[in-house]
Amino acid sequence: MAKEYKRTDGRKPTELRKITAKVGVIPNADGSAMFAFGDTVAIAAVYGPRLLHPKHMEDPTKCVLRVNYDLLPFSVHDRKKPGPSRRSQEISKVTEWALAPVVDLKSFPNTVIDVQIYIIQADAGTRTAGINAASMALAHAGIPMKNLVSSVAVGKLDKTLVVDLTKEEEDFEEGEGATDCAIARIANTDELTLLQFDGKVQPEVVSELINLSDDACKEIYEAQKKALKEVLK
Amino acid sequence: MISMETSNLTKETLKKMFSKGKRFDGRDLFEFRDIKIETGVSNKAEGSARVMLGKTDVIVGVKLAPGEPYPDSPNKGNLTVSCDLLPLASPRFEMGPPGFYAIELPRLVDRAIRGSGMIELDKLFIEEGKVWTIFIDIYPMNDDGNLIDASTIGAIIALKNSMIPVLDEKGMIDYDKKPTKNVPLSKTYPFSFTFYKLGDSIIMDPTREEEEACDARITFGISIWNNQYMVNSCQKTGELSFTKEEIAKIMSMLPKKFDELNEKLKKFL
Amino acid sequence: MKKIKENEINEEITGEEVSSEEHSKRKPVVPGEVIASGEDYLPGDGAKREGNDIIATRFGLAEESGRVIKVIAITGAFIPRRGNVVLGRVTDITFHGWVVDIGSASEAFLPLEESPRFVSKLEMDQFLAIGDIVAAKIWGVKSKGIDLTLKGKGLGKLEEGFVFRINPNKVPRVIGKEGSMINLIKDNTSSNITVGQNGWIWIHADSIENEIKARNAIEFVAEKVHVEGLTEKMEKWFQEHK
Repeated sequence: MAKEYKRTDGRKPTELRKITAKVGVIPNADGSAMFAFGDTVAIAAVYGPRLLHPKHMEDPTKCVLRVNYDLLPFSVHDRKKPGPSRRSQEISKVTEWALAPVVDLKSFPNTVIDVQIYIIQADAGTRTAGINAASMALAHAGIPMKNLVSSVAVGKLDKTLVVDLTKEEEDFEEGEGATDCAIARIANTDELTLLQFDGKVQPEVVSELINLSDDACKEIYEAQKKALKEVLK
Repeated sequence: MISMETSNLTKETLKKMFSKGKRFDGRDLFEFRDIKIETGVSNKAEGSARVMLGKTDVIVGVKLAPGEPYPDSPNKGNLTVSCDLLPLASPRFEMGPPGFYAIELPRLVDRAIRGSGMIELDKLFIEEGKVWTIFIDIYPMNDDGNLIDASTIGAIIALKNSMIPVLDEKGMIDYDKKPTKNVPLSKTYPFSFTFYKLGDSIIMDPTREEEEACDARITFGISIWNNQYMVNSCQKTGELSFTKEEIAKIMSMLPKKFDELNEKLKKFL
Repeated sequence: MKKIKENEINEEITGEEVSSEEHSKRKPVVPGEVIASGEDYLPGDGAKREGNDIIATRFGLAEESGRVIKVIAITGAFIPRRGNVVLGRVTDITFHGWVVDIGSASEAFLPLEESPRFVSKLEMDQFLAIGDIVAAKIWGVKSKGIDLTLKGKGLGKLEEGFVFRINPNKVPRVIGKEGSMINLIKDNTSSNITVGQNGWIWIHADSIENEIKARNAIEFVAEKVHVEGLTEKMEKWFQEHK
């Protein structure tokens, strides 16, 4: 009989950490937002559409969506040296792919939309918090979009499926260990724009894992929507 | 390439306004905007602070790590101040290698702190060949002028809140153990005051629009040491000159500015 | 250089005043949100039809006027349109004209032929130098850039005074219905004001105090998202700030 993993912070397996979402945190930006899952805090700023330098990077058929994600040095225990790392470069790219499908890039050829995402405090789920913040920031910037994108990390700890892993849970090693899966979805659809995972998971369990994100993403979408509408009050 | 935001027209108007002692937001020329402070911005930092000076918003984090001392100071800890002008904070900041401003800013903060003797570097000695290095990382979130002064405030408040991490038997940091000792600080702490010049007028704490119109600036670090006001550092930036008279006038203002800011920030210091 | 008659420009920009009735019909929407369902509706700006539903394609205030549902932008960058009168800053001079920054994603260019009078290639920088501010009209928007002209009433170089920016989406509010708000501000500050569709605003008054007051008044209006009785609030503000 498989023992169910009991979460150290007392959460139920499908329970998210406390969500905090706020829009308009950076006055200079065209759009900006902050999104937090518990102790993981991400800030995103969007500038654009604007002129693209260097000019040779321009695309005459569409707008370039340029995403830059990184951790601030003091957001993690072992200080991260300033400057892009391989990890941050990869996350920048998958974030771009997670957001691009909803942005109407064809309307603004030869321009760029710059999305800047920074993690102020990291406790797992940083890329998902970043995508949630960036999605709100893009909408806030008035950019034509099909929909919002909502993102969450789901996982498996030994045999227990959980939503929104903490750092401690990511490091879980008993039994089948920890499988950590980052998902981003176009809100209220079954379209996944981000899917990344590592660990040990049986093929038949993968769909179950993805289904876990259904309710979680709905809850996240409601928080994103609410934060955006606050600005219009 | 990002072109100058403030036009010739606006620069001329600002010049006239400053010469009449007026500013758009009604402040007088040497008045600081409202300040809001938050501490504990990142629980992974040894100390951190967020400073909101008007719409200027800067986060400063302090991290400590054991490391090797410099050869000429084998018993002293190290201080490294860095800053990144992320494109997040302003349409004027670009990705890529730092421009001069990004290099200069942390150096100004560093010299104000070092000059004041705020950090007791000799108390950061761990053992032979091992000392604590203090990393102060400055990250503006929104640039609406006067990042230098805002950053110094952030740095000293973050330091005041910083604790020394606990080392395990192997000499590595054990983040699960709660720190008990504060970073060793003397009673002295500096503020930096930057004076910006446009035409014949000098102002303090400019908004971004005002700052971009200015032709030169000079930054002073000042603290109280042995019950006296001490100017710890100075740097002039920009082509326009400052006259001896202007410097003398600034010197006469510094103690008062120190007291005003100190009064506002007392409870964080 | 002909001095700008700012009235001439502002007439071309439609202003707005929101009645309380219209207020209640506006609701905040996010991209992808269903605004209304039904065959009768027509999607306007910022909306599209998907099956039976009208969906928002941008963040803003959804408004129904007649059968048309559109989403009014409250945030976001300036989208240049043909016919817009904008203010800009000259950033470069080439053989063929002046490159002008109007705060949009595409570069704007004022060809030599579009100056109001003949300007020879040798005196280009005397006519318009780098850093100068112009009021110009957009006569073409292409994927490669925006074409400007200075031929027209009230267009040309702006001298004296100063320029500042507000969110371009606030421009209709700052102008007011048939210019009512902007005229209120001008009268109370005895100032010349030109409002560009791109959110760049030029003010020139006889005194610094009036210039400051005019700017503060405009920022006061621009700050409000949608507030009823804005005109009364503005009048009250002027009483308090004599």
